[in-house]
Amino acid sequence: MKEVRIHGRGGQGSVTMASILAISFFDDGKYCQAFPSFGSERTGAPVQAFARVSDTPIRTRHQIYNPDYIIVQDVTLINSVSVAKGLKDSGKLIINTEVDLKEIIKNFDNINESNIVLFPALKIAMKILGKPIVNTTLLGAFSAITGEVAIGSVKKEIEARFNSKLGKINADAAQAAYDYVKGGKIGF
Amino acid sequence: MKKVLEGSMAISDSIRMAEPKVISAYPITPQTHIVEHLSQMVADGDLKAEYIMVESEHSAASVVLGASACGVRTYTATAAQGLLYMEEVIYNIAGMRLPVVITVANRAVSAPISIWNDMQDSMALRDSGAIQLVAENNQEAYDMHIQAYKIAENPDVMLPVIVCVDGFVLTHTFEVVDTIDHIEKVREYLPPLNMQYKLDVNDPFSFGTIAEPSVYLEARYNLSTAINNSKSIIINAANEYKEMFGKYEGALIDPYKMDDADTVIVAMGSVLGTIKDVVDELRESGKKIGILKVRSFRPFPADEIVNALKNIKNAIIIEKAVSLGKGGILSCEIRDALYQRKVYSVNVNGYILGLGGRDITPKNIYDLIMKAEKEENIDGEFFGLNNEMLNKVF
Repeated sequence: MKEVRIHGRGGQGSVTMASILAISFFDDGKYCQAFPSFGSERTGAPVQAFARVSDTPIRTRHQIYNPDYIIVQDVTLINSVSVAKGLKDSGKLIINTEVDLKEIIKNFDNINESNIVLFPALKIAMKILGKPIVNTTLLGAFSAITGEVAIGSVKKEIEARFNSKLGKINADAAQAAYDYVKGGKIGF
Repeated sequence: MKKVLEGSMAISDSIRMAEPKVISAYPITPQTHIVEHLSQMVADGDLKAEYIMVESEHSAASVVLGASACGVRTYTATAAQGLLYMEEVIYNIAGMRLPVVITVANRAVSAPISIWNDMQDSMALRDSGAIQLVAENNQEAYDMHIQAYKIAENPDVMLPVIVCVDGFVLTHTFEVVDTIDHIEKVREYLPPLNMQYKLDVNDPFSFGTIAEPSVYLEARYNLSTAINNSKSIIINAANEYKEMFGKYEGALIDPYKMDDADTVIVAMGSVLGTIKDVVDELRESGKKIGILKVRSFRPFPADEIVNALKNIKNAIIIEKAVSLGKGGILSCEIRDALYQRKVYSVNVNGYILGLGGRDITPKNIYDLIMKAEKEENIDGEFFGLNNEMLNKVF
């Protein structure tokens, strides 16, 4: 089983992201689970969402404390929330930012550079969507960085979630993010 | 067809398949998504039902009471304070022998205010005469609602059925649910409601009239007999469902790895999933441990539970509700059932966990098992307390 924790702010679509990710895992032939942090959400407040993927049915219900992957939608959260808490030794912390790794790493103890992947999701989302909503872009990046889910499944489920025009450009954003990672333009 | 559905979507889709004619509800977290989906289905014409907006849960329950008395299939859903506000009407629904199906998206009750999950709300309806079934996962929540109508509408039952679904933990979780493809098969399983007694202007009849002391005792006896006798109907509903749809999640109870077990954990609802993972790990290390799932809380399957537990050493009861001034609720009932049947050999320890949405982790379950096996006569001990918080005023 692999576990994913998403950190965002209310309104950024973290729960939507977790559910699209789960359904994409399902399209790849896996069992999946996605759930929010069950809070009373307020716009701008820190929120979490969780996703699990497994080859066998998932029964456990507890929140995710030792994720394989962590996705941070808003880099400013690293100042107020322990986003990297519990990350597995081999895990990846994917952060939406254009800030240098040297600066970012100062915010974390007990985590190696090799665990951190910085990705300019906002830049890509602004270019393709024209809006600072990065969840679908990050899903494309997640597919490319981790290899845990097929980009085709991610795009299919993004298109299924939104209306046709919105679905299409969000799927384009995911593809652009995927290509960006695969093009070797970000460091691992 | 297998799909990834949020629990609330699975429940609303299951209700769509059961084709109620009247739905009435007042939104309350974490039930809201369920009734939003149903409202959308009615608006889109995907469900031919009357969706009646109301100003409170008391009215929602009253609407389904009235509609059900007219002989049509009805549905409502609520949680926490909403259920408590419905309580007076639900006693009437049960007393009038009306087959209403009610989803409770289990949530803690105030005060202090908590929107999060536990089972205190449905426990308050324990003695109402409503049948209470508890779902372990979203597949079971889907299947259980269709079974609920089958049970409620059986001429020998004619009682409301409350389907308990852990709020957020199930209602807001996306997971794989195998849904029924053809509504015709559901219609075959669940034939149209045909009530012997109903409100009809051409054949006037009254429900819930005054019962003088000369008849009230008998009326309550009949109600008591009906819910006690519903055990066999619940078993049949689960077995017929299995035959027709290939899904079975237990009937009154469901044992898991209990064959040679010395220690058995007894629990209800979504926490069973986490417990199963822990038990599997302990089994791998050679520990003789199993689980007894209680699927029907009312009627309480006392005989079945005693039969399942009578030869074990330790019964560990895990519950997400408390009878204040007494202790555990499920553990009290299990102890009573064992004592009544002169089974004195089982060490029964009951613990209260996860109130108000406190996360229950595999480590919590493991620690609890290790502790419980060394203890005796624990009746509703709060497990996992943070001592630093105990002296605060909320």
